[in-house]
Amino acid sequence: MLNVIKRNEFEHMQLINRIIEQFPIVFPALNVGFLQTLKLFAITLVGALPLGLIISFGSMTKFKPISLLTKVVVWIVRGSPLMLQLMIIYYLPGLVGKNIWGGGESGRFIAAAIAFIMNYACYFSEIYRGGIQGVPVGQQEAGQVLGLTKTQVFFKVTLLQMVKRIVPPMSNEIITLVKDTSLARIIALQEIIWAGGAFMKSSHGIQGQIWPLFFTGVYYLAFCGILTLLFGYIEKKLSYFE
Amino acid sequence: MILEIKDLYKSFGRTDVLKGVNFSMEEGEVLSILGSSGSGKTTLLRCINFLERADKGQILLDGELLFDAAEEKTAKAKEIRKKQLNFGLVFQDFNLFPQYSVIENVMLAPKLLAKEEPDFKINKNQIYEEIRHNAEEILDRVGLSEKLDNYPCELSGGQKQRVSIARALALKPRILFFDEPTSALDPELTGEILKVIRSLAAQNITMVIVTHEIDFAYSVSDKIIFMSDGVVIESGTPDQVINNASNERTKMFLQKLSEK
Repeated sequence: MLNVIKRNEFEHMQLINRIIEQFPIVFPALNVGFLQTLKLFAITLVGALPLGLIISFGSMTKFKPISLLTKVVVWIVRGSPLMLQLMIIYYLPGLVGKNIWGGGESGRFIAAAIAFIMNYACYFSEIYRGGIQGVPVGQQEAGQVLGLTKTQVFFKVTLLQMVKRIVPPMSNEIITLVKDTSLARIIALQEIIWAGGAFMKSSHGIQGQIWPLFFTGVYYLAFCGILTLLFGYIEKKLSYFE
Repeated sequence: MILEIKDLYKSFGRTDVLKGVNFSMEEGEVLSILGSSGSGKTTLLRCINFLERADKGQILLDGELLFDAAEEKTAKAKEIRKKQLNFGLVFQDFNLFPQYSVIENVMLAPKLLAKEEPDFKINKNQIYEEIRHNAEEILDRVGLSEKLDNYPCELSGGQKQRVSIARALALKPRILFFDEPTSALDPELTGEILKVIRSLAAQNITMVIVTHEIDFAYSVSDKIIFMSDGVVIESGTPDQVINNASNERTKMFLQKLSEK
């Protein structure tokens, strides 16, 4: 009995020593992966935030063919797994004709970016729609009788009220996006999960180690923590009106 | 005649709301529109203010055609805007812009309109200065000079409605319309709004007031029209309409109100 405890203790010490020893090699490798994670996160926001607004206008337009088409697209994109969408966008061109992505990391990144932008634009569009429709019609009418143009009504009256309404659901979605970037692992994009997992086989001269993969969680936690603080700040900034 | 409404019709789907409304008023007059809920008063105001498009009929301002339902539906937004500015509308539920302070609410539209003036770029500061001065003066008139930098959520219902009156006045409309301006207010707050409207009447501002406050309409109006089921069934001086109503429905309505 005593022997067993001693042996466990010994193994713990060994693991900790090993981590300390391997950390200087693992840490930079994970940073490289995390940079790719951040790049995918950023480009998704840059693409999906405006595209989502366009899609939300599409779904709200009175012109039936357009609104129907947008609704079908949103249904398909929200109704199927992002992981599947990644695989289809990355592998399908090669199956039906020419592999337009090439074999390299940059091709994988573009494919992943397209899948993520499409996917998140559809989710954002629904959040925007809720935000826009949540602003009372009276606001628009008040602007109209005061002689404001439709554009002025949108930018000077509706927009900020809409922003205030969508900050909480948006922050939720954006925090989900941070972690969803790990799905790009499925097409071997070298983001942080890929970088951490590589040590299970062999990477940078280290073999059969799973702790780097587990350690990637620290990056996600830290980044999401920063985002939570940021969104809390924005919410507080907008709390001066109702 | 500053305003003439000729044979205005409006339906929503199968519901006919306005069924040929006619009335007219002179400059400087105060006209009150009475009538039970669903008689079409609000729709009438919305049609005149270009928030709804009447199906049939005409609106004349100073004897000139402002709106004709027979004309093309594709009137340019810009032209409609220009026509719209002849009128001001005070909503039942205020519709203040929540993200702007009291004075910003009043200055927003004048500032945006000033940008369209040809000399805006040269005289920007002076124009903005004038707009601010004008806004402060109007807010003082409605008794809100203490609240210039407050936000709407910090105001009482009565104060909000006074801001919304000031906001409409800032554009110097030819006619100011009120859509049940006291209906969303607690009874103890209606007095302050009625006081403001009374003072505007004393300044000879042309006003059309949709209201349920009979006593108020009686004392402030030059003319009262009574609407029922989408048409004007009675019109005349307050004395004619309130004390000597000829139509049965008017009598019934007035009686019900006096029982309250």
